[in-house]
Amino acid sequence: MEMLSVKNLGISFGGLHAVDSFSITVNKGELYGLIGPNGAGKTTVFNLLTGVYKPDMGQIILDGENITGRSAIEINKAGIARTFQNIRLFNNLSVLDNVKVGLHNDYKYSSIAGILRLPKYYKTEKAMNERAYEILEVFGLKEEANVLSANLPYGKQRKLEIARALATSPKLLLLDEPAAGMNPAETDELMETITLIRKKYDVTILLIEHDMKLVAGICEKIFVLNFGTELANGLPQDVLNNPEVIKAYLGE
Amino acid sequence: MKKNILKINKSTRNNMVTIGLIVIAYAICQSMIVTGNMSNLLQNLLVSLCYYSIMAISLNLTVGILGHLSLGHAGFMCIGAFAGAFFSKSMVNTIDNTFIRFTLAILIGAAFAGLFGVIIGVAVLRLRGDYLAIVTLAFGEIIKNVLNVLYIGYDKRGIHISAEDAMSLNLDESGVVIVKGAQGISGTPRDATFTIGVILLIISYLIIVNLVNSRSGRAIMSIRDNHIAAESVGINITKYKILAFSISAALAGVAGVLYSHNISSVQSSKFGYNMSIMILVYVVLGGMGNLRGSIFAAILLTLLPEYLRFLRDYRMLIYAIVLIIMMLFNWAPACIEWRKKFSFKNLLGSVFRKTKKEV
Repeated sequence: MEMLSVKNLGISFGGLHAVDSFSITVNKGELYGLIGPNGAGKTTVFNLLTGVYKPDMGQIILDGENITGRSAIEINKAGIARTFQNIRLFNNLSVLDNVKVGLHNDYKYSSIAGILRLPKYYKTEKAMNERAYEILEVFGLKEEANVLSANLPYGKQRKLEIARALATSPKLLLLDEPAAGMNPAETDELMETITLIRKKYDVTILLIEHDMKLVAGICEKIFVLNFGTELANGLPQDVLNNPEVIKAYLGE
Repeated sequence: MKKNILKINKSTRNNMVTIGLIVIAYAICQSMIVTGNMSNLLQNLLVSLCYYSIMAISLNLTVGILGHLSLGHAGFMCIGAFAGAFFSKSMVNTIDNTFIRFTLAILIGAAFAGLFGVIIGVAVLRLRGDYLAIVTLAFGEIIKNVLNVLYIGYDKRGIHISAEDAMSLNLDESGVVIVKGAQGISGTPRDATFTIGVILLIISYLIIVNLVNSRSGRAIMSIRDNHIAAESVGINITKYKILAFSISAALAGVAGVLYSHNISSVQSSKFGYNMSIMILVYVVLGGMGNLRGSIFAAILLTLLPEYLRFLRDYRMLIYAIVLIIMMLFNWAPACIEWRKKFSFKNLLGSVFRKTKKEV
C-alpha cells in the first residue's frame, strides 16, 4: 500500500539542479530516513513535498491523490505535515495554543461565533482543549501547556513542533532533522517518542537526519541523496555499508 | 485540566478588569459633570477620548495582533466619518428617533470602512514590513485627497457625484449638496454623547478580545509569529490577514462616525498621516497587542497637549519631550520591575493574602 509515490521530481535555482529526478516510494506505516551530506538537497525535497517550492518537473502522489503543484495549505489539508530544521514555533503563543493552531482545520466554528461567544464556540473550544491536552500528554508537555513556547527548553521546542504537526492529523509526517542540537539523552528520548507516535497515530514518517545512531536505530529504510540525485536506497544495513555512501560522507 | 480552567479565567479576568476600569472612569466623569466639577475643556474632550481609544485598539489589532505595520488607519476613520455623516444628514428629517438613526449611521460607517478594508487589504497585504507601511500610508492619503475634492448631493432622481464643483452635480430644485469638497460635511446632527462613546468603546474592545481569544485569533497570531509555519499547518494566511485588517478598518469606521457626530462638521483634511502616526504612537506606547495599554495611552496623550496649552508656542515641543521620556521609561527594565512590584494585582493580591492568613 503506497502512501507517498514521487516520480522524477526536480527543481532548479538558476543553473543549479538542486533536486534532479528524485523518485521514492514510501509505504503506509513505514519510517523512511532521508540522509545525505550537507547541501545534498534534502530540505529542498521537503520544501517540494510540502508546497513551499513548486517543482519544475515530476509528480507527487499522496495516498492515490495527485498533489503536484498545490499550495502549502492544500497539501497540509491533503495530509502532509512537517517540522522545520530551524525550529519555527509560534513564539508568543502558549504551548497549548501552538497545538490548537494545528487543530485549526479539524475543529471549526466561524469568526462570528467566536466574537459573539455563541454556544458553538464553547463546545468546540472544549473539544479542542481535550484533544490538545491528549496530544501534549503523549509528548510529555502537559505540565507546560500554559508556558509561552519561546520559553521552553530546546528539546521540548522540537517536541512541540512535532506535536503541532501531528495535531493536523496528517497521513505523512516529515521531520527535518528532529535530533539536531540534541544531546544523546534527548536523542534517545526523541527516538522513544517517534516510536510511540507511530504506534498511537498510525502515521507514515519520512525524516531527514544526520545522527546515524537515530537513523540506524529506528529507520526501516534509508534513501541517500547526493547532489540532488539518488545515491543509494534500501535497507539500513545495505545502505550504510555501501562504499559509495561512505565515500560521499567521508571523502576518499 | 485544572490549569486550563485557570487560564480561561485569567484572560476573562483581564478583560473584566479593563471593562471595569472603563466603567469606573465613566462613573467618575459623569458624577463630576453632574456636580459641576468638570472643566468645560475636559467635557468637550470626553467623546474624543472615546474615539481615539477605539482607533488605538483597532489599530492594535493590525499592528500588535496581526503584526503588520499600517500607517493609513486614519483613512478608514475618514471613510466611516463621511459615510456616517452622509447618512445622518440625509436622514435627519426622515428618521426622527436619534437612537435608531445613530445606530444605523454607525453600522453604515463600519460597513463602508470595513468594505474598503477588504478592498485595500486584498491589494496590499501581500506586502510586509516597511513596504506595507508605505503602501498603507499612500492609501490613507489617497482616501483623504479623493474625499477632499468630492462633491456629493442628491435630488429626486438619485445620488449625484462630481469631482469638480457643486454646480456640475446638475441637481434639480429638490437637490441637496451634502459633501462639499474641501469643506466636507457640515450640519451633521450632534448625536454622539459620552455615554454612547463609552458603550462603543466597550463593544469594540469586546469584539477584539473575543476575536483574539478564538480560533480565528489564534490563526491571526500564528501568522504574526511565523507565517511559514502557519501555512505548514494549513492556516489560510490571506483570509485571516484580510479578516483582521477589515475588522480593524470597520472599527476605525465606528470611531469616525463618532467623530463626525461629535462636532457637527467634518473635513477630510483632518485625517492625514499626522493622525495615523498619532494613533500608531498610542499603540506603541501602550504596548503592541496590549489593548488596555492602548486605551491608557490614547487617553493620556489626548489630554496631555490640551493641558499643555498654557505653554503656548512651546506646547508641541514639550509634548514631544514628554513623549520621548514616556517611551523611555515605559519600556525600561527597571521601570517594568517597579510597575510589577506596585501593580494593582500585586497590591490587591497582598491584601487578599493577608485576609486569608487572618482567616
